[in-house]
Amino acid sequence: MRPQPRRTACGTVRLLSPLLEVNDLRVTLPTARGAAAALRELSFTLQRGDTVGLIGESGCGKSLTALALMGLLPDGARMSGSIRFDGCELSTLGEDALCALRGARIGMVFQEPMTALNPLHTIGRQISESLRLHQGLDAAAARAESLRLLERVQLPQAAKRLDAWPHQMSGGQRQRVVIAIALACGPDLLIADEPTTALDVTIQREVLELIAELVAEDGMALLLISHDLGVMAQTVQRMLVMYGGTVVEAGPTAEVFEHLAHPYTRALFAARPRLGLARGTRLATIPGRVPELADLPAGCPFADRCGWVVDACRAALPAPQPVAADHTVRCIRWRDIETAAR
Amino acid sequence: MSEVPLLQVEDLVKHYRLPRERLLAAPPVVQALQGVSLQLQRARSLGVVGESGCGKSTLARLVMALEAPSAGRVLLAGADLHALPAAALRRARAQLQMVFQDPYGSLDPRRSVLHTVSEPLRVLHRAGAAEQRERAAAVLDAVGLRSGDLAKYPHEFSGGQRQRIAIARALITQPKLIVADEPVSALDVSVQAQVLNLMRDLQDRLGLALLFISHDLAVVDLVCDEVVVLYQGRIVERGAPRTLFVRAAHPYTRALLQAVPRLRPGKLREVRPKAPARPFATADVSAGCAFAPRCAFAEARCVAQRPLLRTVDGEPGHEAACHFAERIAAMPQND
Repeated sequence: MRPQPRRTACGTVRLLSPLLEVNDLRVTLPTARGAAAALRELSFTLQRGDTVGLIGESGCGKSLTALALMGLLPDGARMSGSIRFDGCELSTLGEDALCALRGARIGMVFQEPMTALNPLHTIGRQISESLRLHQGLDAAAARAESLRLLERVQLPQAAKRLDAWPHQMSGGQRQRVVIAIALACGPDLLIADEPTTALDVTIQREVLELIAELVAEDGMALLLISHDLGVMAQTVQRMLVMYGGTVVEAGPTAEVFEHLAHPYTRALFAARPRLGLARGTRLATIPGRVPELADLPAGCPFADRCGWVVDACRAALPAPQPVAADHTVRCIRWRDIETAAR
Repeated sequence: MSEVPLLQVEDLVKHYRLPRERLLAAPPVVQALQGVSLQLQRARSLGVVGESGCGKSTLARLVMALEAPSAGRVLLAGADLHALPAAALRRARAQLQMVFQDPYGSLDPRRSVLHTVSEPLRVLHRAGAAEQRERAAAVLDAVGLRSGDLAKYPHEFSGGQRQRIAIARALITQPKLIVADEPVSALDVSVQAQVLNLMRDLQDRLGLALLFISHDLAVVDLVCDEVVVLYQGRIVERGAPRTLFVRAAHPYTRALLQAVPRLRPGKLREVRPKAPARPFATADVSAGCAFAPRCAFAEARCVAQRPLLRTVDGEPGHEAACHFAERIAAMPQND
């Protein structure tokens, strides 16, 4: 039986509202070349138990989105718009209230299991930390609960591992420990930022299966951040494709894969090396490079690299257009592109 | 074969001694490579795949003569690199260059592109300033950058462009062999495609041989003429990518292939049933097959006797180190 989470400013459960509702989120970061619009017009919702993937390349703003959700934006960042978690506005919440939320109701798994753990503390102590902090457990109870968590993430010889140090474990084992820490207080939302990028393919598979299993068992919502389309395909129900600080396509995974409505989604697909391509096949590439956040064009961020660009694309950021139920794309030419591709 | 292969690796062994855990105990030893042999002809590409810790980077370091092997030889055009006198080794190094994984870590942020790219020339040939600049401009052009970029610094470039700079630096001595250790795994998908296309173009145009180390099977499939699969310091399978990835004869290669995420939406659990039982999960395999504890097909023989790398019956050019290679190869590959 899991202990009840301590009540917080956002501790009351409101089952009617979505678990997470991000609306018109904008973040600007100070850079040497002036303020950079790192996130703009970012909107999405997550229901309880939803598994959603955020996909994009480096610099598209996907990790920044996770930091904004956790209230961990870097100093000097300016944020506007709204992040409602369980009906409660996070963007105006004080640091104390956010601290009570992080680790308790929102768990996070980071990319690098090598650096996410403190090398100077034992595994047991690192898992116990949030249990003692958020749930007020005493040392013995926290240790017992830590052991249960390690067993839950299927770490072999869990009892022995409580007193082990991070350096004594492999990357996959460490990532299991990081997952155990994220799960410790039974969060409603699990954010996993590239949780398997640093791992071997076979281990990646095991860790993804573990996350999928735990999320299904607990009815947690999952926000999975990744650059790998294959990882997305098999782990999440919905995906959000990010480019230039905004979501350019959003929809159920199968729908997005079928339509590839945004030219960027389409290009990302074509660029991926796949097993069984004839040797010597040239991979499709995307001309140009990812725009600097400091000088994003006023209109569609992909305009400069897109073969379908027309003047209207550069005028303003295209509004999300419906492709199908629950599937939107920020491209004014998606119908033309789809017709041409058939 | 009449022609001497460009690169011959013969029975290469490398042990690393770890620090003592206790004062009087013998220091533990890691067997990074346990007898690896391979050959690479001119203008061909050989892929080395395997998980972290399988020995693939150790192999790269030994081939580059950055470290000495515990046993075995590395021959470049017939000359044993590790037996050459220092001056001859220095000359031989012009023939082999390396491209590293992380283009952020492998370029000195305080040196201009010109300095970085022309450094091998200064070290190996003691070339003059005018020649350095001229040749640096030529290789930059070959990798799709402009000679105007020579005066710039690494921070002015994206990850893909930095990797192009690293490739230009490797090309400037006109090497015959390039060792690339995970050259695209730190790059974004769209950038990765550009760099892979570039490497293939250069290989065709310049007749380079490529030792391509990667954990990504799809990338190796695209770039390489031949592939070896390493597991715990030994080659467990060897063959053309076509054969290897369609009729994998070693259970480890199959496991790698199955772990590659597919582009077909669907739940992980629906795609693959729970991993099958592993009959020898806790067995001592010091005399047998190192993969036996993870293998669903292992039998008593696998634990007792180490399978040697041998040609798969009826498939010349396809070798596997498994007692049951023929049976495994005949199994349907789940796509």
